[in-house]
Amino acid sequence: MSAEGAQIVVCPQGPLILRGDFEILDAEGEAVPTSRETVALCRCGSSAIKPFCDGTHKLKKFEMPRD
Amino acid sequence: MELPEDRGRISESLFEVLRTYDPDVDLSGLEHEAFKVLDSEDILHSEDIQIVLFVLYELHYRGFDGIDARWEWNPPLLGLRAKIEEQFEARLRQIAGDPSFSLGSAQDTARQLFALASADDGPSVSTYISRHATVEQAREFLMHKSIYQLKEADPHSWAIPRLTGRGKSALMEIQFDEYGAGRPGAMHSELFETTMRGLGLDSEFGAYIESLPAITLASVNMMSFFGLHRRLRGSIAGHLAIYEMTSSIPNARYARGFRRLGFDSPVTDYFDEHVEADAVHEQIAGRDLAGGLIEQDPSIAEAVFFGAQAACAIDALVGAHQLEAWGRGRSSLRQPKVKVEA
Repeated sequence: MSAEGAQIVVCPQGPLILRGDFEILDAEGEAVPTSRETVALCRCGSSAIKPFCDGTHKLKKFEMPRD
Repeated sequence: MELPEDRGRISESLFEVLRTYDPDVDLSGLEHEAFKVLDSEDILHSEDIQIVLFVLYELHYRGFDGIDARWEWNPPLLGLRAKIEEQFEARLRQIAGDPSFSLGSAQDTARQLFALASADDGPSVSTYISRHATVEQAREFLMHKSIYQLKEADPHSWAIPRLTGRGKSALMEIQFDEYGAGRPGAMHSELFETTMRGLGLDSEFGAYIESLPAITLASVNMMSFFGLHRRLRGSIAGHLAIYEMTSSIPNARYARGFRRLGFDSPVTDYFDEHVEADAVHEQIAGRDLAGGLIEQDPSIAEAVFFGAQAACAIDALVGAHQLEAWGRGRSSLRQPKVKVEA
C-alpha cells in the first residue's frame, strides 16, 4: 500500500481529515470508492455515509476521547 | 444570458444606457435617482436596486448577450456601483451586527465559526423540503438556488490571487473540489444543472431571473460584493466558511425531500455530493482558510466575522421569504408563472 505522504488532521469535536496519497479498504480488503482527494472520516460513529463524515457530529455534540 | 427586464426607473434607465456603449456616459442623474429610491426602500428588498446590482456584477462574470464587454471597466458605471455598494454594505453591517470574535489560533477561529453556524436559528428551508414541500415548491427552491448554484464557487474564486500561504492553499483545495477536481461534467454547478433538468427546469444560467425576488438577488450580490473587493477578502472567506458549515446536514435533508417526492440519482446527486464534500470543506474553510488568514494577519478578523455574520443574516431572510410564502399557500417567486419544459 502506498501511503507515503498521507496526512491526517484530527479535528476537535469532528472528523479526521485525510489528504495525500492514501487508500481506504473495507474489512474484506476491498477499496472504498471515493471521488475526492481529501476526505473526512467519521469519528463520532453517527454518520450515515461511513466511513465518511456527514456532519452529524454537530447535532450529537460529539466530544473526542480525552486521555 | 439576456439582459433582464427592468424593475423600476433606475434599472429601466440603466439597461437602456447599457445597450449602446458610451465611454463618457453621464450617470450622475441616475445616481441621484438611486439615492432617492433608497430613501424610501430597504436596499435588501428593493427590486429596482438589486436587479441593477446583479447586472453590474454580472458584467464581471459572463456578461450579457449583445452588451458591450467594455462596460465592465467603464469608470462612470463603476462609480455608480460604488455609490450603491456604500448603501448595500451599510445595510449588510446593520443586519450582521458588530463582528463578534476573540483572536486566537486557527482552531479558535474555527470553533467560533462553528458556534456561529450552530447558533443560526433561522427558519429551516431544508426541514420543510425534507418533510412538506410539493414538487412545485421543490422547483421554486431550485429556481432560487440556481442564480448562485449555476455559478457555484465563482464569487469565492475572486479571492484566490488576493491571498497567500495557508489560507490560499485551503481555498484552492476547496475550489478544486467545487470545480469537479478537473473532471469534465463533475463541477458542482453541472451537477446542479442535472438536478434542475430532472425537475423539468431550464438549467441555463439566468433562465429564471425574472422570477427571483430582490432578497434572493441580494444574497448572491453580497457574494459578488465581497468577492470583488480585496478589502473584503476576509469577508468572502468568512462567508465560505459559514456556507460550508451550514451545508452538509441541510443537503442530507434536501436529498431526503427529493427522494420523498419520487426523485433519485442523478437528480439527487447534487445533494448527496454536498453531504460528503461539505463535511470536508467546512473543516478546511473554518480552520485553514478563515483561521489561517487570521493567524497570518489578525487585522483581517473583523472582515472575516462580518462576512460570516452577514451570511447567516441574509440566509435567514431568504429562508423566511420562501417559508412565509409557502406557509400561506402562495408562490415564493416574484412572478407566480413557472416556466416548465414539457
